[in-house]
Amino acid sequence: MLNDETLTNEGLAASGAGPILLLACGALAHEVLALKRINGWDHMDLTCLPAKLHLYPDKITEAVEEAVKKHREKYEQIFVLYADCGTGGLLEAKCEELGVDMLQGPHCYSFFQGVEDFGSKIDDEFTSFYLTDFLVKQFDAFVWRPMGLDKHPELRDMIFGNYTQLVYQAQTKDPKLVEKAKECADRLGLEYVYRFTGYGDLEREMASKA
Amino acid sequence: MSDEEDIILADLPDDELVQQMFDDLYDGLKEEIEEAVHILLGRDWEPYRILTEALVGGMTIVGHDFRDGILFVPEVLLAANAMKGGMFILKPLLAETGAPQVGKMVIGTVKGDIHDIGKNLVGMMMEGAGFEVIDLGINNAVEAYLEAIENEKPDILGMSALLTTTMPYMKVVIDTMVEKGIRDDYTILVGGAPLNEEFGKAIGADAYCRDAAVAVETAKTFMARKHNQQAAH
Repeated sequence: MLNDETLTNEGLAASGAGPILLLACGALAHEVLALKRINGWDHMDLTCLPAKLHLYPDKITEAVEEAVKKHREKYEQIFVLYADCGTGGLLEAKCEELGVDMLQGPHCYSFFQGVEDFGSKIDDEFTSFYLTDFLVKQFDAFVWRPMGLDKHPELRDMIFGNYTQLVYQAQTKDPKLVEKAKECADRLGLEYVYRFTGYGDLEREMASKA
Repeated sequence: MSDEEDIILADLPDDELVQQMFDDLYDGLKEEIEEAVHILLGRDWEPYRILTEALVGGMTIVGHDFRDGILFVPEVLLAANAMKGGMFILKPLLAETGAPQVGKMVIGTVKGDIHDIGKNLVGMMMEGAGFEVIDLGINNAVEAYLEAIENEKPDILGMSALLTTTMPYMKVVIDTMVEKGIRDDYTILVGGAPLNEEFGKAIGADAYCRDAAVAVETAKTFMARKHNQQAAH
């Protein structure tokens, strides 16, 4: 059983099985493993970098490069399951240099919703704050505490004052997560919007490599 | 950086009080900063001296520690909030006492982007460095920038973006300025978490500024260059 705290802070080690390595953000581990299971993609191995890298996007490119170099001897192919993720195009350039493919789009909110659909709604939804299943579960570790709101709740409106709504992009149908996502919206003082996305473009992109 | 014992600010000599203000800014103690500003004013310090030596001096330390990964966004916000408290007292006095005006900047977050923490910090530090700052807020279309630079005639245009999806809009603004033949009338500085130097160059900005302290130094350098060029003509 995957532990979210471990995925956040340490990531997940590869098992060494299969010719294809999926090099993913820890925040995607549950979804990637679910897709492997559903589709019988046993020839794909998974390793995850710590999800907390998302708090420091400038460190993502280097961490991915290091991991690709570490693993490339053992696998025929490495597929990087990161979108741009705030690297400002640097990750894409690095992946090109390393000769590995990566996910399309700016971040996980876009590929879960579908990059095209996300892009078409962005003009109307740019005041939205997005959470996925993982981020709902890890709201305190990824949002509340890093933004200092546990110690200084008065900062909330300085940080979130320009947002109007919290969109929960659900990958699974879990009533407990729905309740928690509503609570997250309340804590941030934002309107709550539920949007079931399933695995979106993540499944399509993984299928293209399977 | 704070001590546990109670410190009576009014009992401290000037140099220790300024040091204490550095600590209080670092710890985000707004009321203490406001009190210290009043004390220094009562000791006949010029508002501009309080601003530069105590507030900007203290925020520069905060900025360095943020850059070096010692402080994070919440601490910087608290420090900025404390500095804002001091600035609020000093601002009207600065106008009255004719504090030196280094230059003028129009700044705003680009269209489709609502993130303003970095932009606000830059604006505040620029004001602290003696710039007049016209803040356009968030979600600015090219027309808003053009109108502001036409009305305000700034020396510098600053654009900010936090998203990979919105940062290309900076190029839209710069390209429009090129088309209108006004690009070279302004120094254009850009900033925001996903940006980098290459991006700044690629879109035709004059400089990418990785944080507020760098923005201030870069702005000052460009102003000095402008003055030298004017003097040479």
